[in-house]
Parts: sequence; structure tokens; C-alpha cells
Amino acid sequence: MATAKWPAIDKRTLIGKRIDRADGPVKAAGVARYSFDINRPGMLWAKLVVSPHARAELVSIDVSEAASMPGVKATWKDDSLLGKEVQYIGQIVAAVAAETEEIAQEAAGKVKAQYKPLAHQANDRDPTLSKDKPATRNTGNVDEAFAKADVKVEGEYGIPVITHCCLESHGQVAELRNDELHVWPSTQAVSSYADVSISDASGVPRNKIRVDCQYMGGGFGSKFNPGKWGVISSALAKQAGRPVKLMLDRDLELMIAGNRPSAFAKIKVGAMKDGTLTAMETEVWGTAGMGGGVPQQIPYVIDRIPNVRLTAKRIQTNRGPAAAWRAPNHPQSCFLTMSALADTAAALKMDELEFFLKAVQLSARAEVYSEELRIAADLIGYKQKAHLRGDPSGGSVKRGLGMSVHTWGGRGHPSECDVTINPDGSVEAKLGSQDLGTGNRTVIAIVVAETLGLPLEAVRIEIGRNAYPTSGGSGGSTTVGGVSTSSRFAATDALNALFAVVAPKMGVQPDALEANGGYIRQIDKPDNRISWRNACALLGVNSITKRGVNVPGESEKQGFISQGVGGVQMADVSVDIETGVATINEMVAVQDCGMIIDLKTAESQVYGSLIMGVAYALYEEAIYDLKTGRMLNADMEFYRLSGLKDVGKLKVHMMTSKAYDDRGIIGLGEPPVISPGAAIANAVANAVGVRVPHLPLTPDRVIAALQKGGII
Amino acid sequence: MSEKLKSSQVPGVSRRGFLKGLGVSGVATGLLTGTETPTEAAERGSPIKGPGEIPITLQINGKKHQLSVEPRVTLLDALRNRLDLTGSKKVCDRGTCGACTVIVDGQPVYSCSMLAVEAEGRAITTIEGLGTAENMNPVQKAFVKHDAQQCGFCTPGFVVACTAFLKTNPNPTLEDARTGLGGNLCRCGTYAGIMDAVLDAAKMTKGGA
Amino acid sequence: MKSFEYAIPSSLEEASSLLAQSWGETEILAGGTDLVTSLKQQVTAPKRVVSLRNISSLKGITVQRQSVRIGAMTTLADLTANSAVKEHFPALVKAVQGIGSQQIISAGTVGGDLCQRPRCWYYRNGFGLFGKQGDTSLVLEGDNRYHAIFGNEGPAYFVSASSLGPALIALGATLKISGTKGKTREVAAREFFRTPKSESERETVLRPNEILFEITIPIRGLKNATYEVRHRQGLDWPYVTATVSFALKGGTASNASVVLGHVAPVPWPSAAASKALNGARIDASLAAKCGQAATEGAKPLSGNAYKLQLVKTAVKRAVLDAAAAA
Repeated sequence: MATAKWPAIDKRTLIGKRIDRADGPVKAAGVARYSFDINRPGMLWAKLVVSPHARAELVSIDVSEAASMPGVKATWKDDSLLGKEVQYIGQIVAAVAAETEEIAQEAAGKVKAQYKPLAHQANDRDPTLSKDKPATRNTGNVDEAFAKADVKVEGEYGIPVITHCCLESHGQVAELRNDELHVWPSTQAVSSYADVSISDASGVPRNKIRVDCQYMGGGFGSKFNPGKWGVISSALAKQAGRPVKLMLDRDLELMIAGNRPSAFAKIKVGAMKDGTLTAMETEVWGTAGMGGGVPQQIPYVIDRIPNVRLTAKRIQTNRGPAAAWRAPNHPQSCFLTMSALADTAAALKMDELEFFLKAVQLSARAEVYSEELRIAADLIGYKQKAHLRGDPSGGSVKRGLGMSVHTWGGRGHPSECDVTINPDGSVEAKLGSQDLGTGNRTVIAIVVAETLGLPLEAVRIEIGRNAYPTSGGSGGSTTVGGVSTSSRFAATDALNALFAVVAPKMGVQPDALEANGGYIRQIDKPDNRISWRNACALLGVNSITKRGVNVPGESEKQGFISQGVGGVQMADVSVDIETGVATINEMVAVQDCGMIIDLKTAESQVYGSLIMGVAYALYEEAIYDLKTGRMLNADMEFYRLSGLKDVGKLKVHMMTSKAYDDRGIIGLGEPPVISPGAAIANAVANAVGVRVPHLPLTPDRVIAALQKGGII
Repeated sequence: MSEKLKSSQVPGVSRRGFLKGLGVSGVATGLLTGTETPTEAAERGSPIKGPGEIPITLQINGKKHQLSVEPRVTLLDALRNRLDLTGSKKVCDRGTCGACTVIVDGQPVYSCSMLAVEAEGRAITTIEGLGTAENMNPVQKAFVKHDAQQCGFCTPGFVVACTAFLKTNPNPTLEDARTGLGGNLCRCGTYAGIMDAVLDAAKMTKGGA
Repeated sequence: MKSFEYAIPSSLEEASSLLAQSWGETEILAGGTDLVTSLKQQVTAPKRVVSLRNISSLKGITVQRQSVRIGAMTTLADLTANSAVKEHFPALVKAVQGIGSQQIISAGTVGGDLCQRPRCWYYRNGFGLFGKQGDTSLVLEGDNRYHAIFGNEGPAYFVSASSLGPALIALGATLKISGTKGKTREVAAREFFRTPKSESERETVLRPNEILFEITIPIRGLKNATYEVRHRQGLDWPYVTATVSFALKGGTASNASVVLGHVAPVPWPSAAASKALNGARIDASLAAKCGQAATEGAKPLSGNAYKLQLVKTAVKRAVLDAAAAA
């Protein structure tokens, strides 16, 4: 009998190797059909009508002129908003569907919505604008600890609102056919997508909604639900009796489809001369639009500082709403904490590595972080390059190193998977979870092929439809653990069912068999074997289909999956103090993620995180005009992502030794994106000798800090 | 284009020659006041087309495609919405991200920033013309090998830009490649793989792969 | 995008005749890299777009003994591929390379670069060329980090987006403009740009039915260089640029011209910086002095004083780069 237990490291043929992305060729050839690429016969295009006011009472919406335009086939308006407030620019009030995208765009401009403008509030920098009762947290005796501390280090730091900027914008194609609603959304949660909102909008019961997302162009936490765009396209498709495509234009994607809340903080750290941390007091504020909260995990990771006080103030702003953004709240908490800690090391005139090695003793994973800090230091050449704060060398370009540590959960989600073995020897695995770009098809193929002793190509993977077994959304680094475990269970059960058929022909008991190298063979007498094809032929006309179910708590107990990782990152930067231009020389990421299914795509997650981190450290911010409440850079021209030339040299080191491997699978999507902002900001401070308090570290901010610090 | 044109081709010299036969002088007078419809203008052999749909022929990946588009339709939208060539992606739609990159007369351009009518008479190569999933070109192979893609939405634009880049820079340094591909953006962060892929593709191309 | 007629004339004269008498009714289409975006943003909604692509006489570069003549429809790629341009005008080549995108460089044209509209985010977000809401300047009260520090008496606060403008001015280029009925006129590059005083004006001296068709750059053996302060190294706008040109004899500069980019509604010649260069021996301290001089008269807005530091640096480095050039 095959056991589901993960195979021993030395027995693995595929798991943990560097395997090419299964859907790499179709993506590289441009034939992968993303939801945005779905073109249905007779399909209409929908465009949205949005509020131009940051806050206003919606008085009326008149779609009649738009509806009468040639080519316009359906209109939608949000009557539930009449007499109520619209709360941000870009809030959707109406939509039109037309024969072409151009006509739809023009018709949207002919919808007349009347508003009574009201005073709005778009400022997230001023804590006195918070109207809520602050959230507070208090441990130990903070005042007494500060009184006894050798040094008290105060600083102010900030990390702005950034957006998801998914390259494929949000939206879907909707089509009613044979009393069913077919939708092709760009989503990171196929199995749960068919919710009551699109059911109500289309009049189709949830169990008759067919969701299909074969390829999607990035979500990063912002694509779990149909959203209003999903609702509207479903309603328009019903009204027009024709398929409708509604994808957000880029400006709306940036303004309304979710963002990462800002966090600004005043932080005071108390420490002893030897670097022992004794107290931390934080006042943090920020905005998540009209809802949401403020990141509050401060101190982050180094959370066993004995005396801690925190006050958190949410500022409501008339801006687009927040959404989960890769490792929600962690990058902000990390940046604020690590900046304050590095400033403490600088005030103590202590080597930063030595300081952090000591600080991580106050974390839940002291050993992991210590080991990772040492590895990262080796990889970046810390000993050769390190100096106390302020590059002492002459010249206008200053170089510095910075570091940061982070953590994340990453336990696999609930997942079901069907594996089918057919009499012709073919194998397929099906489950609902989509590929977010992390390599979902690849990991399932690896696990099933490894389990059945087959080459990768022998397994067909079907994912991304809600007709397939229910499997979790891709959020919180939960997919790899979820789908690997359910597909392992399904494949193992299917194999055992095959063993039961084959065993009598081989004259052995089923539990004497194993699958290996394309054969079913007797474990202790490998020459007694039968090829996979011939074995499957014995099934006659009946395929075997088995369902594997990952119940996270159970699987965790049994060691298939786990949660809780540690990671360390270091940055090596140069700052031109005459221009304020900060550039990345090198970034190093050392990451623990338990057992790795595909080393290649796992490393890609970490590389990608570093690059995304460079972007939010150096370039990204949603810039709002306070007077109008408009996002001024709702485009990819001034909402800047990093480019090829901006990211420097990148080194990734995965912690793959047996002790880590033994923990089972832990997700990897979030953790490495947490630290880059902090590591880079600390490196810049180390280079130029003063703290540049706010991300992103643009020339204007760097120059201001240098002038304030008397450096230039 | 050759660096030196004959003096007869220099602007200002040959201008009058182009006027002959077109009967254009004064063509436009009064047009904007609406005294002449586009149809009337077209019948008269006028240079004015639209604003309604006009028939055009686009030469894409070696094939001629006839379609009708309004002048305001971009090449990108013509490819995606009229011809169902959806490999070129619409991302920024403002000529800043490179996801819509196609090759026009040998040069990489943003198809979101070119009107379809302007592409008439030019040789257009899209991602669909570079290779198939079964028979990839060296750049595509290298992208797969070096995992230069995650969600993959920027990938076709990068592959097209890389292919065009390598044609004019067959022996690039890392720095050349980074500069040459500065017009494309990725959100997932695949640049490490892309750099390896470009340099590897350059080798493969030379090796005749 | 609003619908429009598309006109594709075969000659300059025909093209001029297809253009309206007032701005906004018609637009000229060159490489499209700015206009198509402007049409989508509806910062312009012309009834007709006049394409210059069939006027073959507008394309190409003619190298003569004392000048280089560049057709306005010459692409930026062809411009920088020209050996005479590379040899004589490194400042111009650098300005093109700075654009950072091969796609823009392939499609964009020399004339289009000079005539492109400002990137001011208030303008591009529908608040008009001057970024106003009613009588209030949103630029002055709002986020003006990328706006002008010179020539910003208002109502224009945007910066000229042209990459080539500062270099062409510093190199003493002349622009040829064609009007109706075949009439042509010439203006010096430094006279070509102007700061509009009303929404019905534009950023150049072109009249609505005129077409910039040729650029002539004299070959004068000047040392020249452009230095751009840019953060992101791919496609992006620089924060500040400086182009410097001067004759150098025995280490002493003369005929100097220093022109700043992205600091004013027009490319901004700095008389003070030019003066500091003329007759001086070029060394690091002179370059710094010249950079300092270039900031004279600047009036930063609420959020862009940092640009003063960038001007100092850009000018200093451009001077040193030019002097070091072969």
C-alpha cells in the first residue's frame, strides 16, 4: 500500500527539484487565454460611469441618452445609491454595454449623473484627523522601562498607500446560456466566486453559475470576490441577452480595486548600552479609505520586548477602498519596526548585524533568524562592506547595508482534488483552485506524478473551474499547501485502488507494491513488475477516480503541512547625495518555507517579492490631491513599478535542510515581500547617515532628509 | 532608413511634386464646417476617412487581414477585439508598460499607442507570429527555462520586445539588455529570470537553435 | 476616445490645408506616442486627426558640411543611429537614450517630441492646461513636486516634456515651419517654445495650421553633453535635465549655452550659467559654480524646492561630461 506520507528526501524524483513551469510554453507563446482575452460570439463591451466627486449626494442618474445611442444594448444604474453618498472618486454609479469598446466608452460619457457635492477628507498624514477611539495595547511598565533605559530613540516613519496594480485588471466576461450563468473572471478564488451577488444580478441560482478562470494576470489579494464589476457585467448580460465583457480600465483598477493601507508612526525605543531592547512606544495612524483599520503588529517579529505601548488611529478618507495586499499589514508593521530598531542600533553606535542578532532573541524563532542572518551576511559580504551609520568614504555616492526580518503563517487551505487513472494509462487531476501565477499546475503535476511514479507529462492538470472539486482561494500563501496535500491524498488513494486490481495478477498483496519509474512493482522484489500502461489496462472499462481532501488542522497534525516561517533580507544600496537618487546594488533573501515542491517556482516567488519590494521601497505611492480627492497618478506613468534596470543583483537562499523539510509544506507567496521596504530604507540610512523617514525613497525625500540632517 | 537622403527627398524641396494628381489644393476648405460628408470626400478621392468605420488591410504575421475600424481604434484593440489575436495584452493602455508590444516594420512599438489605420501597409508581427507553444522561438524557450514568467500577463510583450532587441543586438551584455528592455514592466517580479533568458536566448540564437 | 476623421495627406501643403484655424479642432499625428494617449485621456477631442506618415519628404536626415538637417518625422531611433548625430551631438543622443523605452524611441519622432503636450497630472486628469478648479490653481495648492521652479508666474506651472528641446536650443538649432499655401518660416529652437497664457494657446509658436517639418542643427564643433537626473532607469521622466554646449580652446570655454529641462513650462536657457562658463577654465570648481548660477532666479513652489539641488548637480555634471568628451 502506498502511504500518503511525503516521500523521504532521497526517494524523491520530482518533489523539491527545479521543474519548469507547466504552463510556461502557452504563456510564452501568448496563447494562454486570460479572462481579459475571452471573446464570445456576439459579445458586448461594458464601460463604467463613476463619481467624479470625492464625496457627494447622488441626486439622479439618467441613462436615457446613452441607451438611445446606436450600438448600445444595455444599461445599468445603481438606484440604491440615489439620495445617498458616494464616498470616493471612481465609485461606480452606472454602466453601459455596447457593440464595441469605443461605443461603450462614448456612451458611458453620455450618462448624466447629478450630484450635490459634500465636503470630503483625503488626508492620511495627520493623526488628529482620526475620529475613532484609538485602539491601544499595553504590556509591562513602559514608563518605568524608559526611565531606566540607557538610550531613548525617537523617530517618525511612514509608508504610503500603494495599490495592487495587477497587470490584468479586474473584471469578467459574463454570458447567460441555457439557464446557466457562465463567467470568466480574473479571480484568485474560483471555487467561492459564484456568490449571491452575481446570482442576484443574473437571476441564476448559485449552483447554476459556471466559473472558469484558466489564466489570470495577478491578484495579490485584490481578486477574491466578483466585486461590483462582476455584479454589473452579470446584470448587463442578462439584460442584453448577450455575453458582456467588463474589465476595469487602468485608472479605475488603481483607484477603486483595492490598495494597501498607509501607516505612519511615531516610535520611541528604549534600550540598554549593550543593545538589549527594553521598551517600545508607538503611535500609529493611517488610512484604508472609508473602512479597514491600521497595521498594529508593532513591534513586529521582535515582539517579546518586555514593555510595549501602542496607540493606533484609523483615519477615514474619501479614497478608494483597501483590499488584502500580499501579506496584509506585515510590510507596514515591518517597515515601521525595523526602521526604529535600526535607528536604535545607530544611536548606540552598534554594528547593525550584531544588534539584530541580539534583537531576534526576542522573537518566536530566535534560532531560525540567527541562522538566516548569518547566511544573509555571508551572501552580501557584510563583513567586507559594513560600516556604522554614514558611509565615511568621500565622494558623492554613498553606499550602505540594511536588514530586516519577517514572518508569516502560510498553512495550506481546505482543498479537494480528484485524481483519475484511466484504463489507457492516462491520468488527470482536477481541482478548483486557479493559478495566480505561482505555478499551481506545476506543483499539482509534480505531486501527482511523484506519487504515481510517472513522468510529469503523463499527468493532465485541470484547474480553475468551479465544476471541479472545491479548493481554496489563493490568499495568504495557502495554495501550495492545500493543493499539494489534497492531490497527494487523491493520487495515493487512486494508486492503492489500482494496486488492488493489479496485485492478484502479480501474485502479491496490494501492500507489497509501489509505483516507480513508470512501473508497478513489488517493493522487495523489483523485478516483479508491470508497466503502468499494462497495469491500467487491467482496469477494463472502468476508470479509478479518488478524491483527496485536505483538512488543514488534520494535515498539520500529521505533518503534511505547517505554518509559521522566518525570513531575513539584506540590501546593499548606493545613494547619490547630490541628486538624492537611491539605487539597489544587491538584495539578498534568505527564506524558510518548509518542504519545497518546486524549487524553481519557489525561488521565483522570492525573486518576485524582492522586485516588488524594490518598487514599493523606491517608487510606489498613490498620490492624492487633497483639494479634489483625486488620485493624481492613476496610471502606470507616475504610479511607478520597478523596471529591469532598477533591481540590482538578487540572491535567493532557501532554507532546505532536513529540519526545515520535516515541517511539511508552508506557503511562500507572502513572506519575502514583507522585508524589502525595511531593508532598503535601513540601507539608505546606513549609507547617508540620516533616516529618510518616508517611503518611497524618491529624490525629493532623500534630498529633504539630507538637507535637514546637514549632510548637504 | 539610410542616413543620407538625396537632396530631392529633403523636406521642402520636393513638396510640390506630391501635390500633382491629387487635386488637393483647397480640399480641406470648409470641411470642418460640415459642408462635405466623409462619403462625399471619399468619393472625390479625398485623403479624409471616417469618422465611421473604414475598411483597412493589416498585414499581420505574414497574413493579410481585412477589417473595418473607426479611425479611433488602436492597433491593440483591432488585434484583440476585431481579430481575436489576444496575445498582445492591454495593461496600461497609455504607452508605458510594454505589454502590448508588437513589431512594426522591424521595430518594437506599443500597439496601444498606434492607431490601426496607421498600421496599414506595414509588416506587423505579434506574439502569435513568433512561435507556438509546441515550437517556441529561442526567446520563448529561454523564458520557460529560466522561469521568466509568473502570472504571465507581461510575458508576450516581453517576449516580443526581447525578440526585436536580439535581432538588432545579437551579442548583448547584461547592461545592454537591461537598457534595451526598459520599455516593459512586470508586476510579479520576473526580471531575474528575464535577464538570464535574454542572454541565454542570444546564445541559443547564435547556436542556430 | 471621441471619434474623429482621419486624414492622410501626401504633402505638407495638403496637410496644412486639412488643419483648422484654431487649436483643438484638428490635431497632427506623428508617431502617436503622445497624441494617442491624449486622445484617450480626452485632453483633446479633435474632429480630425491629420497623419503626417504619408509625407515621405518629412523623414530622413541630411548631413551637410556645416549642418545636419532632420525631417520632423524622423524617428528618434533613426536620429540616434545617424553617425553624424552621434559624432557631433552627444547631448542629443543622450537625451533620446534617456527616454528609456525602445518602443517609444522606435515610434516617436523628432517633431513629435518637440510638440508633445505637458505631462502635468492636473492637466492629464482633466483640470485643464493650467490645472485649475474654478479660479483656484490646484497646482499651487496641491501636489506640485514635478512642476516648474522657473517661469512659473502662472497660470502655467507645468514643465515642458520635450526631451530634445533643451539639447536643440543649446546646440543652436533652427526649426522650419510650413503654413498654408506652401509658405514657410524659420524660428530658432530657443524661440520655438513659449509659455501659454490662456487655454486657447499652446506651448510652441506654431499656429494651429502650421507644421514643424525640419530641424537644422549647425555643426560648430561645440563640446556638448546632457545630464539627466532620473530615478527609475527605464521608461520614465527625468526630474531635471541640463544640456550644456560650449567651444573649448586651451581649457577655456566660450560660446556657452546651458539649457535646463523639466524645470519650466519651456526648456529653460540659463543666462547666468552660460555667463559663468564663458571665458572660464573648466574644472570641477567652475562646474559647481556654474551649477549654482543655474539656480539663480528660481522660485520653487510648495513642494519642489528639491529641484534646486538637482539643477546644481545636473549642470555641474553636464559641464564636466561635455569637457571630458573627445
